[in-house]
Amino acid sequence: MSNAVKPDKMPAKRDDKHSKNGLLDKVPPFVDGYDPIVSLNDVRISFKRGSVERVVIEHMNLDIMRGEIFGLVGESGSGKTTVGRAIIRVNKISGGNITYNGVKISGKISRGLTREIKTKIQMIFQDPSASLNDRANVDYIISEGLRAFHLYEDESDRLEKVEDMIRKVGLRPEHLKRYPHEFSGGQRQRIGIARSMIMRPEMIIADEPISALDVSIRAQVLNLIKEFQKEMQMTVLFIAHDLSVVKYISDRIGVIYNGKIVELTAAERLFEMPLHPYTKSLLSAVPIPDPRVEKLKKVIVYHPQEHQYTHEDEPQLYEVEPGHFVRANSSELANYKEIIGKGGIE
Amino acid sequence: MEQKEREKILEVRDLSVGFVSHGKKVSVIRDVTIDVYQGETLAIVGESGSGKSVFTKTFTGMLDANGYISSGSIIFHGEDLAKKVKHSEWKGIRGKRIATIFQDPMTSLNPLLTIGYQIAEVIVLHHDVSMKEAKEEAVKLLEKVRIPDARNRMKDYPFQYSGGMRQRVVIAIALACRPEILICDEPTTALDVTVQSQILELIKELQREYKWTTIFITHDLGVVANVADRIAVMYGGQIVEYGTAEDIFYTPQHPYTWALLSSLPQLGMKNEPLTYIKGNPPSFVNEIVGDAFAIRNDYALRIDFLQDPPMFKISDTHYAKTWLLDPRAPKVEKPKIIQNLRERMRQAAIELKREVGDNHE
Repeated sequence: MSNAVKPDKMPAKRDDKHSKNGLLDKVPPFVDGYDPIVSLNDVRISFKRGSVERVVIEHMNLDIMRGEIFGLVGESGSGKTTVGRAIIRVNKISGGNITYNGVKISGKISRGLTREIKTKIQMIFQDPSASLNDRANVDYIISEGLRAFHLYEDESDRLEKVEDMIRKVGLRPEHLKRYPHEFSGGQRQRIGIARSMIMRPEMIIADEPISALDVSIRAQVLNLIKEFQKEMQMTVLFIAHDLSVVKYISDRIGVIYNGKIVELTAAERLFEMPLHPYTKSLLSAVPIPDPRVEKLKKVIVYHPQEHQYTHEDEPQLYEVEPGHFVRANSSELANYKEIIGKGGIE
Repeated sequence: MEQKEREKILEVRDLSVGFVSHGKKVSVIRDVTIDVYQGETLAIVGESGSGKSVFTKTFTGMLDANGYISSGSIIFHGEDLAKKVKHSEWKGIRGKRIATIFQDPMTSLNPLLTIGYQIAEVIVLHHDVSMKEAKEEAVKLLEKVRIPDARNRMKDYPFQYSGGMRQRVVIAIALACRPEILICDEPTTALDVTVQSQILELIKELQREYKWTTIFITHDLGVVANVADRIAVMYGGQIVEYGTAEDIFYTPQHPYTWALLSSLPQLGMKNEPLTYIKGNPPSFVNEIVGDAFAIRNDYALRIDFLQDPPMFKISDTHYAKTWLLDPRAPKVEKPKIIQNLRERMRQAAIELKREVGDNHE
């Protein structure tokens, strides 16, 4: 059991000696190549209703590396949104901790630190019509964050920043006086992106940002997120339920099922060498726009009962090849290693 | 092809639908003509605002109160559905012979009534049976749509079902009336991909058994490759291209269909930006002159801005409404992604470890 490793975790611990101001400012990586921006350490999240407690996430260990686009994929109820919301402190965690640049940001923290997180981590939400205030004009919506944190010198500086941002997302300054309902879904999502990006965040949590959009305009929102990420060297946690979408945008992909990461590896590798049966079922569900291929399609349905897990042989997340983690018990692990040894042939 | 021998179940001729909005009349469906054949699956594909939902709502008389059919006819078994105005005239057709499944199953189900009651209610309404018999029938229907432990789950309320299961219940309600035509309005858009593929599979299987005709509405061309026999692409209240699934996926002719296909993320390549359709679908507030797609179209000719193109015939099954098909039009080079479409699709399939078959060229 002992060779279970935390994703990409190296044994070395970094030491947290920062100045009092800017606790969350970046410090150079302690170990070469290992530079997580956010780390979830043995995180547990549960919701209580009366005396009933429902555990949504348990033993979640995850590092999101600086500058990467990390795709988190799972179905409704898998806990993928909860993870994102726990990072920005919307959902409380009931065990473990979350660190940002090595500083603990979960549980009780100072007000100053809370403010810092709020500026450094921004969200993009799924439904752009629900997440924009219908009674505020676009100018107000985009500059709300600037106002809250006084991130501008004077009114003309603020306006300049807002106009600059609205152009960057492909809209025009005259749109600033309009209200959200005057825009199409794709445009509204771009306003949502502008509102986040104007804070110049280090990290973006994009929770299904394109699921509510038409396929024909999804691409422009994806392109936009990718452009911003490149330009500002941001880290992105991209949450989605559709593998075909994250494949295109992500560097690494984590597949989450029922509150647990079941497989995690580089995006290409996940498609080359999917090991966990749930990953395979997700891959089999991606529709291919080719009628002849689709007619041969066999949908793989994942049944969690198909694993023969016992108390003596409980599953854990193992590193089966460098950077490739799968949740398995010891017999499955042996099988997966064999599959990799044979180059993917089962 | 075989469609010639097939019977037409629905003949739509020059159908136009208008809406009154802020005291102004706007035309939302503009002269649509199409036949639907008995037993086929016809997919209607288009962006939000293309008119695809409004178009199919006319088949069941469910236009919003400010909408009206301004001209044209919809012939269903010799009757013109476009002439029906009164609620009572729709009895026996809406929900019974032509049923609809909507995107969000929660809005179709009553949250305060048990699943079992809601199915049985429909059976009692349309067939002459007692509530008790209807409930027995409802259990059978729930089993048909593969709800595990159906008898016990009859007593559950909609909120106790997951999204995919709720959509199965809605399908069961539609089944209760043995409809001749089942309209599926984005039935899987709100669902996870894994659930989506299961629901599509279920609809296909039940169709084989009950032999109904499916009209499938979606904005995602990727989804319909699996289910559609024929595809009609809608834009700006018109059908701009239609043909068999193979016509549309392998030899698309309309620049709008090209754009829809090239924006599919499944066909995107890492390291190159995804293609997308610039601009927005036309608003109907101002009258559309010429081809509605012209302003967003990289391949627009001058005539596109002046005159609406006619429907050009490409083959017995394949038609498209673009001036590019006029013999006088200049020869244009299709976008790269469309030129290599088959290759890209094949690659996407191989990447996902799908069987590609040998009938590929």
